[in-house]
Amino acid sequence: MSHIAPKSLYVGIFAALMVLTVVTVAVAYLDLGAFNKVVALGIATFKASLVVLYFMHVKYSSRLTKLVVVSSLFFLAILLALTMVDYASRGFTPMPPSLQ
Amino acid sequence: MDATHAIPAVHYLNATHGLKSWLLTKDHKRIGILYLISISIAFFLGGLFAVGVRLELLTPAGDLLQADTYNKFFTMHGVMMVFFFLIPSVPAVLGNFLLPQMLGAKDVAFPKINLLSWYIFVIGMSFTLFAMVAGGVDTGWTFYTPYSAAASNTNVVPTALGIFIAGFSSILTGLNFLVTIHRMRAPGLTWFRLPLFVWAHYATSLIQVLGTPVVAITILMVFVERAFGFGIFDPTRGGDPVLFQHLFWFYSHPAVYIMILPAMGVISEIISTFSRKTVFGYSFVAFSSLAIAVFGFIVWAHHMFVSGISIYAAMVFSFLSFSVAIPSAVKTFNWTATLYKGAISFETPMLYVYGFMGLFLIGGLTGLFLATLGTDIHLHDTYFVVAHFHYIMVGGAIMGYLGGLHFWWPKMVGRMYNEFLSRLSALLVFVGFNLTFFPQFVLGYLGMPRRYHMYVDEFQVLNVMSSAGASVLGIGYLLPAVYFLWSLKKGAPAGNNPWGASGLEWTNSSPPPTENFHVTPVVTHEPYEYTPHVAREKHVV
Amino acid sequence: MQQQKEAVTLGMWVFLLTEVLFFGGLFTAYTLYRIWYYDAFAEASKSLDLFWGGLNTAVLIGSSLTMAFAVRSAQTNHRKATVNWLIATMFLGAVFLGVKVIEYADKFEHHHVPGPNFIWESAHEPAAGEAPVEAAHTPRTMSAEQLQRTTQIYFSLYFTMTGLHALHMIVGIGILATITWMASKGRFDEHYYAPVEMSGLYWHFVDIVWIYLFPLLYLVERHV
Repeated sequence: MSHIAPKSLYVGIFAALMVLTVVTVAVAYLDLGAFNKVVALGIATFKASLVVLYFMHVKYSSRLTKLVVVSSLFFLAILLALTMVDYASRGFTPMPPSLQ
Repeated sequence: MDATHAIPAVHYLNATHGLKSWLLTKDHKRIGILYLISISIAFFLGGLFAVGVRLELLTPAGDLLQADTYNKFFTMHGVMMVFFFLIPSVPAVLGNFLLPQMLGAKDVAFPKINLLSWYIFVIGMSFTLFAMVAGGVDTGWTFYTPYSAAASNTNVVPTALGIFIAGFSSILTGLNFLVTIHRMRAPGLTWFRLPLFVWAHYATSLIQVLGTPVVAITILMVFVERAFGFGIFDPTRGGDPVLFQHLFWFYSHPAVYIMILPAMGVISEIISTFSRKTVFGYSFVAFSSLAIAVFGFIVWAHHMFVSGISIYAAMVFSFLSFSVAIPSAVKTFNWTATLYKGAISFETPMLYVYGFMGLFLIGGLTGLFLATLGTDIHLHDTYFVVAHFHYIMVGGAIMGYLGGLHFWWPKMVGRMYNEFLSRLSALLVFVGFNLTFFPQFVLGYLGMPRRYHMYVDEFQVLNVMSSAGASVLGIGYLLPAVYFLWSLKKGAPAGNNPWGASGLEWTNSSPPPTENFHVTPVVTHEPYEYTPHVAREKHVV
Repeated sequence: MQQQKEAVTLGMWVFLLTEVLFFGGLFTAYTLYRIWYYDAFAEASKSLDLFWGGLNTAVLIGSSLTMAFAVRSAQTNHRKATVNWLIATMFLGAVFLGVKVIEYADKFEHHHVPGPNFIWESAHEPAAGEAPVEAAHTPRTMSAEQLQRTTQIYFSLYFTMTGLHALHMIVGIGILATITWMASKGRFDEHYYAPVEMSGLYWHFVDIVWIYLFPLLYLVERHV
């Protein structure tokens, strides 16, 4: 990566990450029901994206690097999603009353 | 056929001398030889355990070994063969030796990490060997919880640690190959001029880096449960043993593609050489390797159909498992089309190819019986499964490995081996293999369960056939050790290209110089440029 | 040199890909059990000290900033600045680990380490001598006995995930120590700074793992 980012960019990203951390904690004190975890993970993912794109320079990296990053998330998603396909669908067909 | 027949004065084997020059080598070719020695030891040990299993199964009663001892034998057979022989085999030995040469490079991207990965492998194997000497493990190579995490009082921890450590060897090899293939191709060597062996190893490396970490963390979770009393899979605290199976098979299914894809790469190289013809449908074969790698990651729960997963998940995984057969079939059709109207011959490497084609076909087709939900209920945990995976792993992967060894041995050591003995060995392996494992399909269909040391009387005839076959197979496996070692001193000099094959690895001397090429080659032509009609006219060997 | 840098960069990214899948297995286990045993996760998570967790998050994000500065200093051939920013990064990493020691010690004291010595006092039943705890806003579906068992799963995951993360941090500090030594010897300049950059990639990755661990472990349910 021959691209040299200005220091101010890094400071700005740092500030954003700190603010988002405060937001995450603050929102945790609100009762949003099912949305609590959506917001928490959403903020975490946004923070992670800032680190990946700017601190790790992926924004200025080759297509291959970006492909590697995306692939890791893709296969992690497969692990999570297909495992949960099993657990999520277990209740679809209830056990016959005689076996409950 | 090349003019240079003599063994060069200086080559990678004699360029430097002494144990230190081997144990601290950065030469990928020497590292391949180091792996060859290590995995041959693993194969021999795994074979000994198989002997124990087949001896016990000669009689219906459990009279040779106690049940617990028998459990240890099949466990250690599986652990040795899967993790310490098959997973490394083609990539660590042939891949290491050949990949840089096929790419026109001097070495892999990270030679020191390559050496490190061999040391990591040896350390991992040592842990597991220690566990065996200390009394063995009886959980099955699949380590299912809660037995492995809590109930078993055998040496689970050292075995698991050994596999955990060896996993990093696999990861580092895959990482090295990926970077090497991306970044170190010779000028003019575009992706679609690469030998299919390289494509196969690229796909394999993808699986190695994506899948192995998951089994690593799974082993770690079993370890903390055993060592610290944590409870991730412990049902008494709400843990789910099936979660272990999901995480375990997420790696272990793609692992079987780590074992077969490189062998398929070998088949492509040998089949084109001894048909004097380019591989039919090159890009289809190349892309099918990638397809197998990707599809291989979405089928794992077909190992879990009767474990208690939801029927809907089972249907999904069953359907996906059918789809993964398609790219394998694509390869088989293309190889057959390669043979058609080629100038085919019957040298030993090609004999292994013929064997592979038939046996992999049977292994693959029987997989479909297991992917089908209804039939799997009947066949799961029977000898049908055992036969299926041995047809793929032995009839497929090991045939590919042996074929590759026989094909590239002259390049590796500069000498030819005895062709009569090698053909005899191939025949013994083929006959012995079928005699060992075909009866097991029948046994499984008839209902004989796997992992039992006793069985009902009516299964004895088939079991005796199987054990008899195993002894023939064993002889077939021991013979190469004899004539390969003999060839080191007495074999005829091979010359650069004894088979008249295409590929950059055949353009340098046999054995090659340490730096592979004195001048970096520039590639201007497509792979596999053979002319079958010319070969037929000239009767080229 | 350029080809080498490209190779090393790709190599490090492939390694980080393996780390994503490595931690991913733990996240999968976490996902399942949080769904199955939400009450246990909520209660157990609440027992974590948010001050230390929040502080550690800030410390780690700060260390990513100092690491980014260190890489930049190496890129622009400022030897002393490189060394200083690297030392700052290691210092913040050490602070993180120190806080973890405090947190772990607290868990040992309260018998929150899963295993034979585990004791869980559910919110429903306060320990002897303590003031009664207010009932949680969200109705609980698990009994105290179930909570006693399944909170062990939460803490097993807590210790495994944070323990594995801490191990990665220790290795990271070791790597940075080596890089700092090399930088102090003047080994890096604007043409050769890849080792600093690669260490940075590793360090930022470890930060990202914590960015997920923090809400998942500390913030399951904090509302009253």
